Amino acid sequence: MSLLSVEGISIHFGGLKAVDDVSFEVREGEVFTIVGPNGAGKSTIFNLISRFYDPSAGAIRFDGRDITRLKAEDIAPLGIARTFQNIELFDHSTVLQNLLVGRHRHRRSNFVANAFFLPSVRREEVEHREAIEKVIDFLDLQPYRNKMIAGLPYGVRKVVELARSLACEPKLLLLDEPASGLSVEETQDMAFWIEDIQKDMGVSVLMVEHDMSLVAQVSDRVLAIDHGAMLATGTPAEVQNDPLVIEAYLGREEA
Amino acid sequence: MRFQFKTEYNDDIRLYQDRVQLAWYVALLITAVSLPLFLGDFYISQVTFILIFSIAGMGIMLLVGHTGLVSLGHAAFLAAGAYSTVNLELLGVPFFLALPLGGLFAGVLGAVLAIPVLRLTGIYLAIATLALAIIIEDIIVLAEPLTGGVVGLSVDSIYLFSAAGPEINIYFTPFRFYYLALAVAALVALLYANILRSSTGRAFLAIRDSEVSARAMGINVARYKTLSFGLSCFITGLAGGLLAHFLGHINHEAFLILTSIELLMIVVIGGLGSIHGAFFGAIVFGMLPLTVSIAIETFGAPLGITSTTLPGLSTGIFAGLLVMFILVEPFGIYGRWLKIRTYFQLFPLYRRDMFRRHKSYLKTERMR
Ligand SMILES: Nc1ncnc2c1ncn2[C@@H]1O[C@H](COP(=O)(O)OP(=O)(O)OP(=O)(O)O)[C@@H](O)[C@H]1O
Ligand SMILES: [Mg+2]
Repeated sequence: MSLLSVEGISIHFGGLKAVDDVSFEVREGEVFTIVGPNGAGKSTIFNLISRFYDPSAGAIRFDGRDITRLKAEDIAPLGIARTFQNIELFDHSTVLQNLLVGRHRHRRSNFVANAFFLPSVRREEVEHREAIEKVIDFLDLQPYRNKMIAGLPYGVRKVVELARSLACEPKLLLLDEPASGLSVEETQDMAFWIEDIQKDMGVSVLMVEHDMSLVAQVSDRVLAIDHGAMLATGTPAEVQNDPLVIEAYLGREEA
Repeated sequence: MRFQFKTEYNDDIRLYQDRVQLAWYVALLITAVSLPLFLGDFYISQVTFILIFSIAGMGIMLLVGHTGLVSLGHAAFLAAGAYSTVNLELLGVPFFLALPLGGLFAGVLGAVLAIPVLRLTGIYLAIATLALAIIIEDIIVLAEPLTGGVVGLSVDSIYLFSAAGPEINIYFTPFRFYYLALAVAALVALLYANILRSSTGRAFLAIRDSEVSARAMGINVARYKTLSFGLSCFITGLAGGLLAHFLGHINHEAFLILTSIELLMIVVIGGLGSIHGAFFGAIVFGMLPLTVSIAIETFGAPLGITSTTLPGLSTGIFAGLLVMFILVEPFGIYGRWLKIRTYFQLFPLYRRDMFRRHKSYLKTERMR
């Protein structure tokens, strides 16, 4: 069953075709990875799905519903959470507050109830914290719970961003280069977490990643793109050995 | 050094961090309530003035400090609250209803104006709200039936529940006025703190720090900005209603551009991003003229300086303080206080660069 299907989407910035007629689908329960050289258009695909960019052609369907024309803020409530390649956290808030923002789509009270902090609001707050405590335990973030983001090391921020997207309790998780900038050990942790997110939590994952060993370890299927166009789809091994893909990577390195 | 052990979620949700902090708040409340025992009429009315500007400061803090939007036109909403409260009272509405209704009017007005204005950001938003500050003076003069034009309106005593009383007047019953302002300030602070500890306040903070990821988390940025503007104007409008009665007579000169700028200065000097900051800023703003004139009398007399030879000195000092804070202490008085407190808590382990800002990492630029 396909959870997300992307059907022939394109977008161009001026004369540059950043994404050109790309189609793929993410099946329920799988880890699907997009690979490609720098500037291939991977992050742009993410921004199209999370509706920051409008595609010039094509359609995006999630859970049987056409989401091509929705607003960016209407995506998370459907159950799609994402991280950003360059980490977009709320820097002047604590880790806990960041994760609580992730719970936004599960809120039930309005601002008047909030101002009077009615008993229902208190119950809701306790529930949010129970949900978040599970994420904190899962990702070993206990030592940082009340720390400001602005003072945290890069590797921890990466994990906090993953935690915030998990706090959404999404059906589909979009991870833009979850291992970039991480050490070997941190990358290994990330790989285990992604496996657990898929297997134990039953969340489908769409990922962009450059680290091929991580890709091979966690991905069910891989799509390779270059210059915005699709090169190959298949298992990690198939894609890695595809002549077009090899040429795209080598061609770039020579240039 | 104090350690906080949190054993249940409510420890985290409640308004104070630990027993020590609770004790401080209780002590503060007791001091505030018993203040009329120690201070005479003159000083009580000074403190009342500070409380009114603390309320206005909380209004603008919500917008500037917690949502990251700027307004150079908040005197307009101070005026909206003042004139609507007074006009409602002239129609016979008792003060305890007229004040919240006046605030509501300012809040709705703010929310409606916010819809077009909040499409702008940064300097453009500042200019648009500054325009508001400029036209409000003319609007007040032109709307003569409601505002009394250039002459203005003279404002009667407050009749809290009905014409029978209790009557509250800053000259005849300053203690009552003080308690009224204290009650409103405490109530606003409580509601404000409640908003900050629930999803609405977190949405504001999220918008302040990263609009992109706020949207990705499902926060409707336009709607929450409008809400923040409306709530901010509501609170400022409440302060306006109290201010009208405090002044006893209002015309456009009570709501100049300078007033808007002073409101903004209050929160910057007090410390952006904390409710405490609004109070600290209002204290500086309220005490400065008095401190300056006392200083001139004691030290200026031998030099032949009087307050008439140096008009505008306290405004000048206030502006100087603003520049100084922006340069050396961007987190305001509250930020400075936190540092001093940490210093004593950790003594002798405090490190000099403990509060030095860390290098910030790459930010997404493409989506800005
Ligand atoms: N908002 C934008 N305006 C103009 N050009 C853009 C914009 N966003 C992306 N591009 C361009 O589109 C192309 C694809 O960018 P994208 O960020 O998707 O690459 P990527 O595959 O994620 O690369 P990397 O591995 O470096 O992250 C690049 O040439 C980029 O400069
Ligand atoms: Mg990218």
